[in-house]
Order: sequence, then C-alpha cells, then structure tokens
Amino acid sequence: MSAQTKVKEVEKVVIRFSGDSGDGMQLAGNIFSNISAAIGNEISTFPDYPAEIRAPQGTLGGVSGFQVHIGSGVHTPGDKADVLVAMNPAALKTNIKFVKSDGVVIFDTDSFSKSDLDKAAFKTDDPFAEIGAASIQKVPVPISSMVAASLADTGMDNKSIMRCKNMFALGLVCWLFDRPLDQAAHLLKNKFSKKPTVLEANIKVMTDGYNYGNNIHASVSTYRIETKSVKKGVYTDISGNRATALGLIAASEKSGLPLFLGSYPITPASDILHELAKRKDLGVKVVQAEDEIAGVCTAIGAAFAGDLAATSTSGPGLALKSEAIGLAVMAELPLVVIDVQRGGPSTGMPTKTEQTDLLQALYGRNGESPAVVIAATTPTDCFDMAFNAAKIALEHMTPVILLTDAFIANGSSAWRIPEADEYPEIKPNYVKPEMLEKGWRPYLRDEETKVRYWALPGTEGFMHRLGGLEKDSETSAISTDPQNHQKMVSLRQAKVDYIANCIEPLSVEGEPDADLLVVGWGGTYGHLITAVEEMNAKGMKTALAHFRYINPLPANTAEVLRKYKKVVVCELNSGQFATHLVSKVPGLVVERYNKVQGQPFMVSELVDCFTKLSEEK
Amino acid sequence: MEYTAKDYKSDQYVRWCPGCGDHAIVNVLQKAMAELGIPPHKIAVISGIGCSSRLPYYMGTYGFHTIHGRGAAIATGVKTANPDLTVWLATGDGDCLAIGGNHFIHALRRNVNLNILLFNNKIYGLTKGQYSPTSDRGAITKSSPYGTVEDPFVPAELTFGARGHFFARTLDVDLAVSKEVMVAAGRHKGAAVVEVLQNCVIFNDQIHKYVADREFRAERTIHLRQGEKMLFGKDNNKGLVLDGLQLKAVTIGENGVTLDDILVHDATTQDNFLHHRLAMMDGHSLPLAVGVIRAAEAPVYDEEVKEQVESVRCKNPKKTLRDLLLSEETWEVK
Repeated sequence: MSAQTKVKEVEKVVIRFSGDSGDGMQLAGNIFSNISAAIGNEISTFPDYPAEIRAPQGTLGGVSGFQVHIGSGVHTPGDKADVLVAMNPAALKTNIKFVKSDGVVIFDTDSFSKSDLDKAAFKTDDPFAEIGAASIQKVPVPISSMVAASLADTGMDNKSIMRCKNMFALGLVCWLFDRPLDQAAHLLKNKFSKKPTVLEANIKVMTDGYNYGNNIHASVSTYRIETKSVKKGVYTDISGNRATALGLIAASEKSGLPLFLGSYPITPASDILHELAKRKDLGVKVVQAEDEIAGVCTAIGAAFAGDLAATSTSGPGLALKSEAIGLAVMAELPLVVIDVQRGGPSTGMPTKTEQTDLLQALYGRNGESPAVVIAATTPTDCFDMAFNAAKIALEHMTPVILLTDAFIANGSSAWRIPEADEYPEIKPNYVKPEMLEKGWRPYLRDEETKVRYWALPGTEGFMHRLGGLEKDSETSAISTDPQNHQKMVSLRQAKVDYIANCIEPLSVEGEPDADLLVVGWGGTYGHLITAVEEMNAKGMKTALAHFRYINPLPANTAEVLRKYKKVVVCELNSGQFATHLVSKVPGLVVERYNKVQGQPFMVSELVDCFTKLSEEK
Repeated sequence: MEYTAKDYKSDQYVRWCPGCGDHAIVNVLQKAMAELGIPPHKIAVISGIGCSSRLPYYMGTYGFHTIHGRGAAIATGVKTANPDLTVWLATGDGDCLAIGGNHFIHALRRNVNLNILLFNNKIYGLTKGQYSPTSDRGAITKSSPYGTVEDPFVPAELTFGARGHFFARTLDVDLAVSKEVMVAAGRHKGAAVVEVLQNCVIFNDQIHKYVADREFRAERTIHLRQGEKMLFGKDNNKGLVLDGLQLKAVTIGENGVTLDDILVHDATTQDNFLHHRLAMMDGHSLPLAVGVIRAAEAPVYDEEVKEQVESVRCKNPKKTLRDLLLSEETWEVK
C-alpha cells in the first residue's frame, strides 16, 4: 500500500455495492465478503434485490444492491454504508439514503452521461447536489472505459467486456480495504471453471481495478479492519434459507428418518425448496406441489407414512395451509412448517422483511388449535432452529411453525460447520410391540408428556385410523361426547405447554441489572444486541431478553420480565409479540417500539429509543 | 398367506344410511383387497371429507380421514414417502372434483401409484343435498331450487384431460364388475381412477336408475373386457363399431353386420381417442361403459422419485451433511 495513503483503523466497516440488476453486484459483494471472512473478519451480508425481474437498464426499478458489514462484533449488515459503489445514477439515487454522511461514494463516471441521468429521472446535471449529497466524499472512476481498454485485445465483444465492470469495482474495493486478491481469484476460478476466457478477463479487470486504486492515491482514507479470534474450526458463508434447509437435513440424520419436503415456490422462501431439491444427493425427497395447500398436505401424508416432513412458505402460503396445519394438530402428527415472513397483508411486499405473521402462526386456525411456534434469530441460527423445530415435532407429535424472515433468510454470515455430535439426539415416541397386548389405541399417550405413541404404517399389528374428527380419548373412535371433547382440547394444549420444560430458559444479555429490559424475538436479534451494546458502552445500562421460543414461552419468562422496571418490546409489526406476552404474563406492562416499513431496524433508531426510555423516570 | 375380506374390516360400526350404495362398495373393496392379497398393514386408505370419506374408519388397514378435497395431495405424500405401501383414496364427486379438483388432476398428471375410488352420486350428501360438479344441468336441489345452469364434469373426460392412464367404471349394485375393476386398479401401476356410480338413498335416490335398473341394465350398459368384442344386450347380440370417428351400436345379423365387424376392446393403447369415445357413452343412444376402459402403462411418479434419489445418492461420494459442507468453499480458523 502506498505510503501517502491515509489509513483508518476501524473495528468494522459497511460497504454497499449497487448497480443495475445485470451489473453483477451480488457476485462482487459475495466475493468481497468471502475474502473478508477468510482473513478472519466477522461478516454479515444482505442482498437488496429489485422487485422486478428485469427492469429496463439504468432505471430506478432495476437497481440491485448488496451490503456487507465486516470487522469484529458484527451482528447485522449495518445501518448505513461507509462506502457505496454506484455503477450508475439510478444506483446512486436509490442508495444514497443508505450512506453515512461522512461516507464515500465510488461511481462510474462513464455511466453518468445526460441520458443515464435522464433514465434515473435526474433533472439537473449535478446528481449529487440534486439528492443533497454535494459534500459527500466522491471517488469518480471511469470504470467502463478502463474496462474496455483493459480487455481491448482479448477479442471479446463489447457486451461481454462490459459484464466485467463489477470486477473492476471489486478490485478497487479490495485495494481500499487491503484485501488479498489471490483469494478472490480462487473464488472466481470455481465460479468460471468452465469458461476460461471469462475467468481470465475477470481476473485481469479485477487486478486492474486494484492497481488503479493503488496508483491514483485517491483522496480517500483506506481502512484497516480489526480481526478477532473466533472459535477454531472450519467455516463457511451461509444464508438463512440455506441454513434452514441444512438444519432439517441434520435433524434427518440425527433421527434416522428420511427428510420429505412438500413445497410450492414463493418469495422469499423458494431457496429452501431449491437447496433441498439439490440435496436429493443426500437422500432428501422433494415434491414441488401444485399449490401451497398440496405442499403442506403432501408433507402431512409423508409424516403419517413415517418421514420427517416439512413444508416451506411465506405469509400468504401460511394462510392457505392453515386448515391443513389444524389437521396435523388434530391427528397429532409431526410436521415442520417454515414461514419466511415478508411484507403483508395479501401479496404485500414480497421481497421485503417483516415480523407480521406471528399472530397468524399462533392463532390462524379454526378451533382450539395449539401449535408450537419458534423463531430463528440470525442466518446461522436458522440451522439450529430448523433442527430444533424438527426435534420438537418428532418428539412431541405436533406441528411446529418456524418463523424466519426475508432479512435473515437472504442475509448471510460466517458459520462454523458443526460436528454431528454437537447436536442432541432425536427420539420420537414410537410404539413398542408389547403395547399391543395391553390394547393399544392411536390416541393413547404418555402420561407425563401427553405425547401419543407413533405407529408407522407398514408395522404389523398397529393398523389404526387417524382423522380430523374428534376422537374418544380412550377408544380413539369418533366421538362428539361433550366431556370427551373438553378433555381432548385440554390434552392437546397440555401437550404443547409441556414443551416449555424441554427448551432452554430465557436468558438475559447486556447488563442484567439494568432498569431497562429490551425484549425482541426472531430476526431482529442482530440489531437489538448491537443497540444494547452501544447503550452499555455509553454507560446507560440496558439488558436484552431475546426470544426464540414463542409458544410455549420459556418457563422462566414471567420471572425474568418482572425483574425490570421498564420493558420495551421491539418488533417489526404493530405489536404482536407484545400482545402475546401481555396475555401470557398477567400484570405485565410493556412499552412498544414498532416499525412496519419492510425494512429491518436501524441500530441508531433503537439507541435513540432506548436512550429516551432510560432518561425518562 | 391367504386373506379373507374379514381381515380388512375394522371393529367400527358402519354409520352410512341404510340403503346407501356405500355399504356395497366397502364390502366389495374388502373382497378385492383379499383377492389382491396385500397384508392389511401394508395398506393405507386415505380420504377427504364427505359420506364416502368415512370409508377408512371401516377398514382394518392403516387409514387417514383428512380434510375436504385434500385426500389426493395427502395420499401423494404417503405414497412418495413410502412407496412400499399400497395406497387407496376414497373420495366423492364434491370432494374430488370441486374443492379437490386441483389435487386430483395433478395426482393423475404425475401418475402417482394411487387407487382412487370416486363415489359419484351427483349430490352433496353430508351437507344435506346441494348440487355437485357432476349434477346434471337443470338438477333441482336445495342449492338449485330452480335448476342448475351449469354443465357437469364427466369424471372420465377429466381424467383423460389430466393425462390419466387408468379409468374404470362400475355401478354400486354390480358387485361382480365392482370387484373386477377394483382388483384391476389395485394391480395397475400408476394413478387408477375407479368411478362408482353410487346411489344416495336420501338426497338423490335413483339418480343412476336409468342405467342401473336390472330390467334394462343389459341394454343400457356395456361391460368392456380387455381383448374381447364390445358386445352388449340381453342376448349379447349387439355391439359397437366405428362409423367415421363416431361409435355406433349395431345388431349382429342385421344389415349384414357380423361378429367380425364388432370392435375389440384394448384398454392398453397409449392413444386415448377410443377410450374417450367409450367413456362418453351415457346409456341413452349408446350403452354406458362399465369395466376397465383405459389401462395404459406410463412412468410412475413415486417410483421415479425413489429411483432419482437413489441414483444421485449413489453417484455422490458425499454421504453426510458434513461431507457436503466440507467439500464446498470453506476456510479454517486454527
């Protein structure tokens, strides 16, 4: 690195790549985050896809972004970027709101002509002034023309040459953040192993971008990012959706039951279907069903037949599946339902994140219909919670709804690949041959846990009939007896309530003896813990209780919450978890911090809120 | 081991109305299962909702009475998860062709190895008498007091439209043909539809009388048998021939028609043109066809899923999730 370059030592930094959806920003961002992870940074990434599949080039609707947060103590992809790469005016316009006021914008001057500005609906020829960012640090780089010059002798056509622009930007950013290019070259080799010309061109352009940065001594600070020693092991970069899929496979391996997925494509959950379809190579059976209802119904059929069965969906799909989930409640079959929440109601905002399906998951069925509801907190936690969903479903003969969301499903982080023995055993409550002599019936259950015994079709002697009609608690025949119905309703509830004894207790992070307790659930963990850490760093004691288990709640919930003078429940909806908590913890009074914008929390807004709550007495 | 019908009965009291056609169907099904000789614990009987869907409770096999219309989807899951089970689906004209129409056509398109018993009484019985998707145009019911103004589905036509490879038809009162087609469905590999024209004694009594009446049945129905001449009539002297692209009923010995002119039934042809023409005969100008109308071979979904999983699994050197992850892009922290 040049001696003249100013070097900033920072703990963490946020970079946002943005351009046309065809500009390869996701690839550049992915490679950059993988290199960073490989040299020991913590990473958290979030892709921001346009809703349109292919909007006209250069227009606002076609901008695709990829944000990565690297450094130590990284829990989120970051509120705002230190560095924005904008490949055209549309990217600048839609992304400037995600850049810090003292941030840097690297932009391709070749794509800031009058017609480019027109496509992005700029009215003047000074786009930075027009969006109120005149004073931001700018690094103008003629990316397109330099890429064209770099590849002029290759004989490639112009379109193919321009596809390499993203690699110039990547090389430049690698220089800025002192990342070794050899790791990037290695990743590119895997990606383009079958296209040697493309590979060579990409590596050349990336190297040119790096050298350009080194040569111009741009008046921009370069960064040296702190690395932290993390737990020893082999790591990979994983998205929440992939982690969810793999968590189910881990549970299948542990339980010895084949994994079956019945699913229908829906944004933002389809990647779970894609991953498991690929994993036929590990024995997974996948049915792409004719609709959402058939997705859950094929899974229920598979559960009846003795597989570990799951269905994956998002909010509108969960609505369609609700009757069938009620059947799984009534038939007491193990079933994992994954809801990757998105903006609603109705079709809503399919690519955006929300936590608005909580009450639907808890109560969106006819009759007294208790199901287990749990939530994953981070991309990597999706693995653990998918595993736990399967374990609870199989051991307690109940549907389990796992809530993730578009934010953690599409975001990714570095993940240490677990050893098989790091996860607990899964032991379903199977029938035993000697039960036949005592007059076994399908709805007879374990006295303690209230879990019925599971007889797999194909087993001699245990032929039985299940169904959606109420059954007699003793004989398992159809029954409309009033007292029996009351008893069965209570038994199904008691079975779910018992699970509180089998899950981890609620723990508190931050400063446990604070007056203010922040409460969250699911995918907001990264933002909440970061905000709580910032509060404590400023000397304002704050505690965090973050829930992964929602129904049933951890057994110590009331005890923990009642210790605090002030409790604020933060969630990306209008207060659904707060409502649930208040109904389950008599006398609890909570403050609410809610946001329903299709966007994750900003750490800064949380810190403002917590500061205000801490100051008022 | 030899089985009898009794081995397929459960201990439950049968609750259908006295005189309902369903009694005959469940009895014949148990006999057909005994003839097929599959052990009761290797059979799963799935159903949706409706009178017909109570059937699993009366079977001594594994059974699952599910939710309205979804039986075909649930049965698809059962069969795909465990292809070693023989899976039967009991469903009715409302359950299968109205609320469950989508699952029905897709089960047929995929050709899941299911035996589908479609009880067609042209009425909603359990909800007490509304018209169904097979009710005739103009049918007067509780929900169509002035007559329906919509055309019904013909289950066979829908089956063929969905690329179904097996279709048979029987009358609830015709025990011999019922058993014959159920056994054939059980032996067929792939989705097999058996339409049973069934009488609802309460809400649609005698709806199939025109063809089911003993006095006229020989004249108004034709029992199709694989490889045999398409003959019918009291004296078995009437037959079917093709006149251009249309079927025509003729009498042997009249107008120079001989036995040689009569069509021979072949249910196994991939082309379903003639199967469709035969299935559309309604007993009026041409006799209603009973027996196995179509039984063509095709790849079977659940077997294909199993084989694909086995073949990619076999080629994959990675046997566990950890093997897979370690073979991908990783880095090590020491």
